[in-house]
Amino acid sequence: MADVTKMVGKAIKRREDPKLIQGRGTFLDDIKLPGMLHAAVVRSPYAHARIKRIDVSRALAYPGVVAVFTGEDMMDINPMPAAWQAGGVKSNAVTPRALAVGKVTHVGDGVALVVAEDRYTARDAVDLVEVEYEPLPAVVDARKATEPGAPLLHEVAPNNICMEWECGSKEKADAAIAGAEVVVKEEIINQRLIPTPMETRGCVARYDVATGEFTLWMTSQAPHVHRLLLTAFVFGIPETKLRCIAPNVGGGFGQKIFCYADYAFTMWAARKLGRPVKYVEDRSENYKASTHGRDHVTEVEIAGTRDGKVTGLRVKTWANLGGYFSTIAGGIPTTLYGRITTGVYKIPAAHVKVWGVYTNTAMVDAYRGAGRPEASYLIERMMDRFAAEIGMDPAEVRRRNFIQPQDFPYDNGLGMLPYDSGNYEPALNKALQMVDYENFRKEQAEARKQGRYLGLGISSYVEICGVAPSAWIGAVGQGWGAGLFESANVRVHLTGKVVVTTGSLPHGQGVETTFAQIVADELGVPYEDVTIEWGDTLAAPFGYGTYGSRSLAVGGTAVHKSVQKIKEKAKIIAAHMLEAAPEDMVFENGKAYVKGSPDKAKTLAEVALQASLAYSLPSGVEPFLDETTYYDPPNCTFPFGTHIAIVEVDTDTGKVDLKRYVAVDDVGNIINPLIVEGQLHGGIAQGVAQALYEHGYYDEDGELRSSNLLEYAVPTAAMLPRYELGHTVTPSPVNPMGVKGAGEAGTIASAQAVMNAVIDALSPFGIKHLQMPATPEKVWRAIQNSRQMGQAAD
Amino acid sequence: MAEKVRISVNVNGVQHEHEVEPRQLLVYYLRETLGLTGTHVGCDTSQCGACTVNVDGKAVKSCTMFAVQADGSRVTTIEGLAKDGNYHPVQEGFWEKHGLQCGFCTPGMIMAAVDLLNKNPNPSEGEIRHALEGNLCRCTGYQNIVLAIQYAAAKLRGEPVTGAVADD
Amino acid sequence: MYTAEFTYHRAKSLSEALQMLQQNPEAKLLAGGHSLIPAMKLRLATPPALIDISRVPELKGIRREGNTLVIGAATTYYEIETSDLIRQTIPALPEAIEQIGDPMVRNKGTIGGSLAHADPAADLPAVVLALDARLKIQGPSGAKVVDVDSFFQGMFTTAVGQDEILTEIHIPLSSASPSAHAPTQAVRMAYEKFPHPASRYAVAGVAVVIGVSGVRAAFTGAGEHAMRLSKLEQALSGKPLDPQTVEAACQNLVDPAQLMGDHNHSAEYRAHLIDVLAKRALLRLV
Repeated sequence: MADVTKMVGKAIKRREDPKLIQGRGTFLDDIKLPGMLHAAVVRSPYAHARIKRIDVSRALAYPGVVAVFTGEDMMDINPMPAAWQAGGVKSNAVTPRALAVGKVTHVGDGVALVVAEDRYTARDAVDLVEVEYEPLPAVVDARKATEPGAPLLHEVAPNNICMEWECGSKEKADAAIAGAEVVVKEEIINQRLIPTPMETRGCVARYDVATGEFTLWMTSQAPHVHRLLLTAFVFGIPETKLRCIAPNVGGGFGQKIFCYADYAFTMWAARKLGRPVKYVEDRSENYKASTHGRDHVTEVEIAGTRDGKVTGLRVKTWANLGGYFSTIAGGIPTTLYGRITTGVYKIPAAHVKVWGVYTNTAMVDAYRGAGRPEASYLIERMMDRFAAEIGMDPAEVRRRNFIQPQDFPYDNGLGMLPYDSGNYEPALNKALQMVDYENFRKEQAEARKQGRYLGLGISSYVEICGVAPSAWIGAVGQGWGAGLFESANVRVHLTGKVVVTTGSLPHGQGVETTFAQIVADELGVPYEDVTIEWGDTLAAPFGYGTYGSRSLAVGGTAVHKSVQKIKEKAKIIAAHMLEAAPEDMVFENGKAYVKGSPDKAKTLAEVALQASLAYSLPSGVEPFLDETTYYDPPNCTFPFGTHIAIVEVDTDTGKVDLKRYVAVDDVGNIINPLIVEGQLHGGIAQGVAQALYEHGYYDEDGELRSSNLLEYAVPTAAMLPRYELGHTVTPSPVNPMGVKGAGEAGTIASAQAVMNAVIDALSPFGIKHLQMPATPEKVWRAIQNSRQMGQAAD
Repeated sequence: MAEKVRISVNVNGVQHEHEVEPRQLLVYYLRETLGLTGTHVGCDTSQCGACTVNVDGKAVKSCTMFAVQADGSRVTTIEGLAKDGNYHPVQEGFWEKHGLQCGFCTPGMIMAAVDLLNKNPNPSEGEIRHALEGNLCRCTGYQNIVLAIQYAAAKLRGEPVTGAVADD
Repeated sequence: MYTAEFTYHRAKSLSEALQMLQQNPEAKLLAGGHSLIPAMKLRLATPPALIDISRVPELKGIRREGNTLVIGAATTYYEIETSDLIRQTIPALPEAIEQIGDPMVRNKGTIGGSLAHADPAADLPAVVLALDARLKIQGPSGAKVVDVDSFFQGMFTTAVGQDEILTEIHIPLSSASPSAHAPTQAVRMAYEKFPHPASRYAVAGVAVVIGVSGVRAAFTGAGEHAMRLSKLEQALSGKPLDPQTVEAACQNLVDPAQLMGDHNHSAEYRAHLIDVLAKRALLRLV
């Protein structure tokens, strides 16, 4: 087919940008309604405590304060729902209430709500609410929380265990490890991270007393899901009584998927007071009370032969859930982690056991990559440990264990859907070539002689994108209590303009541009004539939203499918206009024409006009070109690639300098390379940040020590490298466009590339593993210990 | 309530007079009193730079300045950067080089970049990265922001520039 | 994010500022505000009144008086960074200042504000200690000039009384001599810093000045306030400054027991960093 518009595959700049670069976007806090009140929250300074008494009288008397509420006032609404109780989860998911009742389980737990005429007054009055607490002992470490005598958070969860889950074959893994030539054991901690979208979370709730309808503007990655959960589960009202609107959303990275207490208390207060209420969290509140990510303690054993074949993997993971169970917390360390722990390798025997554990910390849920970075870090760190143990080049060990192209679709034996397609070795080879691997090893040896410590780290990864198939994710055993399809409506208006409404919820991913490129090409209309709309449950068909790298592979395919339906209908109407048979019609380059006679044609605009005026349509054909698709893919997609980091360690200070970062990614077919690169850059940055800088750190008393941006090291431009990108392209057979997804790949691949490089640099000191982040002091101490034990090379 | 203070501020070329509470931060004066919501608040410790505006020719964090301190000043916000419908070269660079994703940090980032190029018309990559230490972006990993500023610097120096292209 | 209430007073002159201080004994002075306002936003500071001294003309400006460089307390970092006079006389001072905060902080923050605030992790206190500065303080009964060695008295505590204002920083140029990085007569100073990855305050920082009468050195970021590195100064006293001597001298300069630590940077590590940074600073000058 000869392309006319050829938008797909082009690096065109984003249509989202003009308003954002002029400060004309509308973010949540930009919304101002007549009569709007401002809410502020009294939060627990204790990690674990009984609430003995709350006295709101002084706060209520403060000028400008309209109301003060406590959890007891809001007992007429239900706690937040638990939407993803993975298979094997015991039914003891304790979810947060709008405000804590009786006790608090983490620092920052909401205890009372102040509503005032302005935000300064609300904040003033927070200090006037007197809360008497009876402090209880706290526990913050997931493994320790399961030990006898640990403080108990919830009576219904003995030993603080909320869920116990496994996959793979224990018998086979035990046997493989018992009989192996080589077994390497390690304790791997995937530290807690704080997602930190630059816009904190918030909402504005309005209640219409006349109709009993709510409108909720919210920083949401999934407004339809929020509407469903808040109405059907929390408020017990018809779903139609709530309209959710996500305006411009300032980053999410998972944190804006979940159903938070603040949505509920803001709605509740707006209804109670009959005035709109706004709640926007401070950054410090975002850190203490919104969800965190990762936080796994893992004991792992990898088994293999001396000639480099991995034969078994046994994993025990204690996944920290925090003080309560967050919306989809159950799915992250199970379905999206355990089932992909063997990575890109053919490992014949594997078993993964996971405990989801309550601790006195903020809730943990999906953060960019969600489970897959933890899995990828685990296996890639262990592949390096194994390679070092048998004295083999880490690249070679990877080659010897890769799943081969002919193995696809590949069943990894862990209950994952089959990997769709892949060809892992070319990506590895390309990355090695980009860093000039052979030469680097020489340079490294030379440098060591001069007392300079260079290191190179390889990460070959596979991830799960387009997280969707309802028949899998919603099934018993996976535990997401619903489907995970995506919707799209495509309409061609009388004037020939195309309007697409998607259930996806872009918040930086460039979906508005990408979808328009797809539609322009498929319909053969000018790119400028395609408009993409989203974000309002009143206007968009039900959709599950944007996360799990699913906007393009699932949401984009829904658009693609609707466009095909439009084309089919256009052919029927054009045939009628041309007095031809519908089966003889072809749709190409924006025209429907009679096969073999391209000048006997009607343009899409002409067809749309005919369909809209509707006075002459084929019998049985409805007016208007308007098609909706709910696309539920047969499988996820499995992007892959190899990332390589090169570092130099300053042994005087322990500081790691990330000198080069090379990434070869295969995300299937690419619609807009500029946008894919942007996604990869940002993803890599977040993984590098995990390896070197970030740690959501609680002390033993449950105090969050990294409670704001003065302490939590979100990297600046000066702390990150230049990324050198390469691609291979292995189209996905799962969807018609052959796309896979790119939103999380960078994050899933990068932390272990950097850590493997750090350990490689430190190998002359006999250092085999360090826990992330590789902070200067940690690295310096490891070197000091090694020197004291006489293992030093220098 | 503390006694209000009368201030006179020129914002984006328009003179404003208001009685403000002493504790009103400049960022909330801009956002709530003047309705200029392009300047954002991303933190509470003066780290993130999303609130960067230009006061009397220099970039400042409008969350770390009270409105009363701006009395008699000239303030430029992101809304006032484009002139006669033409983007400032830094805005143009951000668009051409995909220097933004969610767009929340972008206004502050652009205002900081304008300040850099006012002081140093030909910064190296290292100088650009150093100059952005007061502005956090969580989406882009900064590389395209660096390219955007290099684009703007070249354009301001009157050199030829290349628009949107992928890296490889 | 939202500060407590306060009354606002803008001083037009030094005498008016002093008068305002008398009338509002619990007031805080507001110059650049980059130490004070962040603390107020977290409600770690809740002063009932602020006296804005940023427009007091007596507190502005950089000038040379004989063999002394005089910097007005309300001079911004940016003004120091870009001052030709300072670039000629103490070229390492703009370099040190470039490591403070970020450009927006430096556009607004003032030298006097930093010194009077005496944050234990601020950079400038170590720098002025090494430079042997004197601090001019104006009070209701007149002015006094204080040696920098008696200026910093504790965490966030200085020789400036509640009713007084730090007005000028005097830096002696008598030790200036030609050096590798400054062809003309200039003070030989170097400042080495290990920044906190998030706050960019100093985890540790060391300033050294090589003068005609020997080495002056000071550290910040690890103690209750910036302090002289007297052990280093003594170790180098009367010795030729070569890399071997420097290497040998920069060992266990500070007892970790005197230092502060946190979960990211222990006292022991900070003590080690001080050794490393002192060595690096000196090696830049010898």
